[in-house]
Amino acid sequence: MTTSLLLPPGLLLIVAAFALPFLHGAARTATLLVVPLIALWLIWALPEGAALKFGFLGYELAPLKVDKLSRLFAMVFAIMAFAGALFALYQPSTLELSAALAYAGSAIGAVMAGDLISLFVFWELMAIGSTLVILAAGQGSQHSAFRYDVVHLLGGVLLMAGIAGEIQATGSIAFGPMDTGTPSRWLILAGFLVNAGAPPLSAWLSDAYPEASWSGMVFLSAFTTKTAVYVLIRGFPGTELLIWVGLFMVFYGIVYAILENDMRRILAYSIVNQVGFMVTGVGIGTKMALNGAAAHAFTHIIYKALLLMSAGSVLLMTSKRKCTDLGGLFRTMPLTCLLGIIGALSISSFPLTSGFVSKSMIAQSAVDKHLMYVWLALAAASAGVFLHAGIKFPWFVFFQKDSGLRPAEPPRNMQAAMVILAAFCIGFGIAPGWLYGLLPHEVDYVPYTAAHVVFQLQLLLFSGLAFFLLLSLLKRTLTITLDTDWLWRRLGSRLMRLMDDASDRGWQAFAGSTAALARRVAQGLRTTHGPDGILGRPWPTGTMALWTTLMLGAYLILAYL
Amino acid sequence: MSAPSLPPDHDHWLVRPATIRGLWIVSWGLLAALVLLELIVEHHPHFGIDGTFGFGAWFGFGACVVLVVLAKLLGVFLKRPDTYYDH
Repeated sequence: MTTSLLLPPGLLLIVAAFALPFLHGAARTATLLVVPLIALWLIWALPEGAALKFGFLGYELAPLKVDKLSRLFAMVFAIMAFAGALFALYQPSTLELSAALAYAGSAIGAVMAGDLISLFVFWELMAIGSTLVILAAGQGSQHSAFRYDVVHLLGGVLLMAGIAGEIQATGSIAFGPMDTGTPSRWLILAGFLVNAGAPPLSAWLSDAYPEASWSGMVFLSAFTTKTAVYVLIRGFPGTELLIWVGLFMVFYGIVYAILENDMRRILAYSIVNQVGFMVTGVGIGTKMALNGAAAHAFTHIIYKALLLMSAGSVLLMTSKRKCTDLGGLFRTMPLTCLLGIIGALSISSFPLTSGFVSKSMIAQSAVDKHLMYVWLALAAASAGVFLHAGIKFPWFVFFQKDSGLRPAEPPRNMQAAMVILAAFCIGFGIAPGWLYGLLPHEVDYVPYTAAHVVFQLQLLLFSGLAFFLLLSLLKRTLTITLDTDWLWRRLGSRLMRLMDDASDRGWQAFAGSTAALARRVAQGLRTTHGPDGILGRPWPTGTMALWTTLMLGAYLILAYL
Repeated sequence: MSAPSLPPDHDHWLVRPATIRGLWIVSWGLLAALVLLELIVEHHPHFGIDGTFGFGAWFGFGACVVLVVLAKLLGVFLKRPDTYYDH
């Protein structure tokens, strides 16, 4: 294998990102659409086992190393870069598009990185790219973007400290399966989990993503959390803690999404929920579970982007984002509604959609390992997904009530992007063999058995029944739900103000008492040295002359004695 | 962009009361058929509880009720007006 053929596909997108601001018209469109496709082709063409290596500071870096797992993630990232660019083609903010290309490129770089140092470099580039995507939405997103950046820089610091410790201990920069035996590995795991949207910092996701533009959130949903799933699959398969972290995320996402009113924040919570399924799969750690986690990441990126494109189209055409303001849009946006429903059915793992063939593998792996409570929790959560995203999103946005809004369908390029992703959702659902062939391990699983299909349909349709029977409890209100970000958005700022006040008062007390002391000293000096003080008052010249005479006389007498 | 709201009988066919009634009837029929399908589909229960009659149906329904009630309870403590962080 010659190095000339090993052009890192991620780097190509990053270079295109820097060129984009200087391009206009057809050249800009071509760059946005063609470069992701070239990257996709490059990823496809890279032979397994290929690696690009060079020496740096005494280490042999491998910024490009190909195996089935890295290729699977890189491929879906490239597909998303293309579909996202097509959707965002007329996004006026060049900053957003440039940042999105760089973000996608660094995500591809991160999943193809063959060592810990290269991984870290791409990891941090992703943080910068994604922050810029949020910032590009304008004034309103600044605070969220800042909070987002701080959390990700913290995650980066944890990861860096862990990697430094790992290299110190082992002398190797290799990135492969690790146990959690040393503090530095815990730090690496913590750094990965911050990006996965795991507790206790998961609030960064629902705080920042919905503040991005109508197209920005499509890009954001794809890369960061799924890169985290990738590194967990590669680095920590079978770590039992991840089962419990994953299950927590699954239910956290459902409960918060049920309470939420902002349509895109509902979908943000559901990202945490879906990543929870994948993290649980990594925790179970069998070949079936890891295949399931990887497959679910792949299908989730596509249907979540489809859902967010549908929501983004509504946002662009109505400028509204709250369920309480929306409803009845199916009348004038039938295609957007239909495509959104396809995304919603996929996320709910309806038979014949992509979610069914991927998520089932995770549940099956719990059965194979005889983890009854994990399996029951996953089944309950599957019903909950239909409730919080599968029905709730299309119902409140497109049906519910007549909001009086009559928006047109979005522009053709946006419709085309949604149609492509919807085709993937149904294509993988009907012919899972395509996807299974790309998975890291050999697949020995048949999703479509009569018993499984009946079970899944019962689970979902009775969840739907619960939704409509409990509709009065699910009525949307103009509220948000407090999360751990309250600690830094409210408690933190309150504490700061409190400390500010306290230090202010302290300073004033100190300054006051110092001034009083100074005044007292001045007063004392004034009594002795003031104009009337014993030492300070003026003496008549005559007295002075008399005393001088007396002194000189005394001196004279003493001289002759 | 907005249109005057029509009387329900003249609105889009999908939201007319007659259609909605029809949808409910079809849905109940579908749900019943789905549970009855259990009688002819061969199951391979692994844990025991998953072999109970209509497991997917009652478990899915029950899970959703529990999740909604849990969310409502948490909401009592954690919900705030959506302008909470604005000032």
